Amino acid sequence: MLLQQLINGIALGSTYALIALGYTMVYGIIALINFAHGEIYMTGAFVGLFMVTTLKANIFVAMAAAMIFCMAMGVVMEFVAYRPLRKSSRLSALISAIGVSIFLQTLALMVFGADAKGYPDEVFPIRQLHLGSAEISTLQLLIIGVSAVLMIGLEFIVRKTKIGKAMRATSEDYNTAALMGINVNRIISFTFALGSALAAAGGVLVGILFNAVSFNMGLMAGLKAFAAAVLGGIGSIPGAMLGGLLLGVAEVLGVAAGYSSYRDAIAFAILVLVLLVKPTGLLGQKIHKKV
Amino acid sequence: MAEALNNLVQLMDPYLLQILVNIGIAIILALGLNIITGITGQLSLGHAAFMSVGAFASAIITIRFNIPFGLNLLLSGLMAAIVGAAIGFPILRLTGDYLAICTLGFAEIVKVVFLNMDITNKALGLTVPTPKSPIPMPIYVWLVAIIAIIFSSFMKDSRFGRALKAIRDDEIAAEAMGINITRYKIESFALGAFMAGVGGGLYAHFINYINPSDFGFLKSVDMLSMVVLGGLGSIAGTVVGASILAAAPEFLRFMSEYRMLVYGGLLVFLMVFRPNGLLGGVNFTDLVLRSLGRKPAIAEVREKQT
Repeated sequence: MLLQQLINGIALGSTYALIALGYTMVYGIIALINFAHGEIYMTGAFVGLFMVTTLKANIFVAMAAAMIFCMAMGVVMEFVAYRPLRKSSRLSALISAIGVSIFLQTLALMVFGADAKGYPDEVFPIRQLHLGSAEISTLQLLIIGVSAVLMIGLEFIVRKTKIGKAMRATSEDYNTAALMGINVNRIISFTFALGSALAAAGGVLVGILFNAVSFNMGLMAGLKAFAAAVLGGIGSIPGAMLGGLLLGVAEVLGVAAGYSSYRDAIAFAILVLVLLVKPTGLLGQKIHKKV
Repeated sequence: MAEALNNLVQLMDPYLLQILVNIGIAIILALGLNIITGITGQLSLGHAAFMSVGAFASAIITIRFNIPFGLNLLLSGLMAAIVGAAIGFPILRLTGDYLAICTLGFAEIVKVVFLNMDITNKALGLTVPTPKSPIPMPIYVWLVAIIAIIFSSFMKDSRFGRALKAIRDDEIAAEAMGINITRYKIESFALGAFMAGVGGGLYAHFINYINPSDFGFLKSVDMLSMVVLGGLGSIAGTVVGASILAAAPEFLRFMSEYRMLVYGGLLVFLMVFRPNGLLGGVNFTDLVLRSLGRKPAIAEVREKQT
């Protein structure tokens, strides 16, 4: 029973983690809470749906297409709404992000309509596999597998490649990185592209998991993923993964324990409690006050 | 007196009157948030929660007890202030974005708890009876709004307000100067929550129907946009920002389905071209004194310095 819930929770949590990574990376570099990130995830789900239903594409092709589309969208968004605000107060950038979020949500409402749409059943054959006393579906395996591959890929890019090194340098100190000859603008665009691609993959996976894609799915998922990013320590990539998994498991356990009507509050209650004990999140580094 | 006021209200175009009331309520709410975010510099993304507490308190008091509307509003405000102080006590140790996400989480929790309580009628929401008050609602709203504006203006330059501004500008320096940061932060939180509670009470009685889902994240964002758009910390700016954003959906109504699209675009556009808000950094006393020739303009000051 517990094992079963754990499996469900990890599957849900890895989608939160995928979205949370985008928040955490963007925050780590330009200290902006990108509230439009949830909308990217929603767009990813719709692009995947379009590929699968209209173009009859394979699910992996659809996912790749959604990722590429959202990458471009993330870069455009950064260029239009955030780059002009690089030098101004962080609150204005936050409001700008909220504006983008409202804009994209309304656009999706107009383009796709208000009703929730589902992925066709045959897009991914679901079979139940037995794992001791618990069952794991092929879909859950797919979600966990794809998330794991993407996260390992991200770790590789950030740790081992040159552009990853530049990303880390920029997040350490924006101005010094620029002085060292790093094209900071390009790095920021790249970060947005990377985060958006992960969110899009998350969107397609959730679309298949819950079989419902709607224009307003981004808000709650975005808030929860953001909570996951903060829980793990915002700015920390392993933290976002850990936070996402924790929140997913906690939510599933809470629902299993009979608190289903409190579903959306569980993640936030844990977040508030953790922050009160450890104000920088689980894996966050302590910020030293400069006097 | 009451008769005359009623006649006055009846004379006005009801549609225009509704917009005016919306603006009045928005001003009260935004001024409350301005105290927390604009003057004290504590980013709060959960202001709707206090509004929700006030709205439900006011509705329940009206349904259960028969007390004058003014007292009712005061009680709702106090209720929200108590909740604000109770929440503020633990979470105001956090700073910046951690505080923001904590207030956001808290607001979501309040929403879900209200959605599960019997006294708030769960997800069905409450129908709020019209208040027993001789003064018509629109006049009431604007009276409170004007009191809020006057109060905020005086508060801003009082000893209390200056302490809050000191905390906003540099917490450590403020502490070194002997300002009790925690106390002032909690007081500002409670004060902001009080105004949100009063605004919520007025909202509940004006709309006549409230639902816990009405006070979600987007409502908090609405209020934050008003404050930031007008200019953080500026009273006049907050009033202008609240008026523009409260009226914007009505003025954009002619493009019906594109309304929210334009609204979102407008927020981005305004931030890109006026990142400090419409009236951010504008000091009216300075402007007046300068136009009277009592104070040198900035250009002249610079010349003297060099």
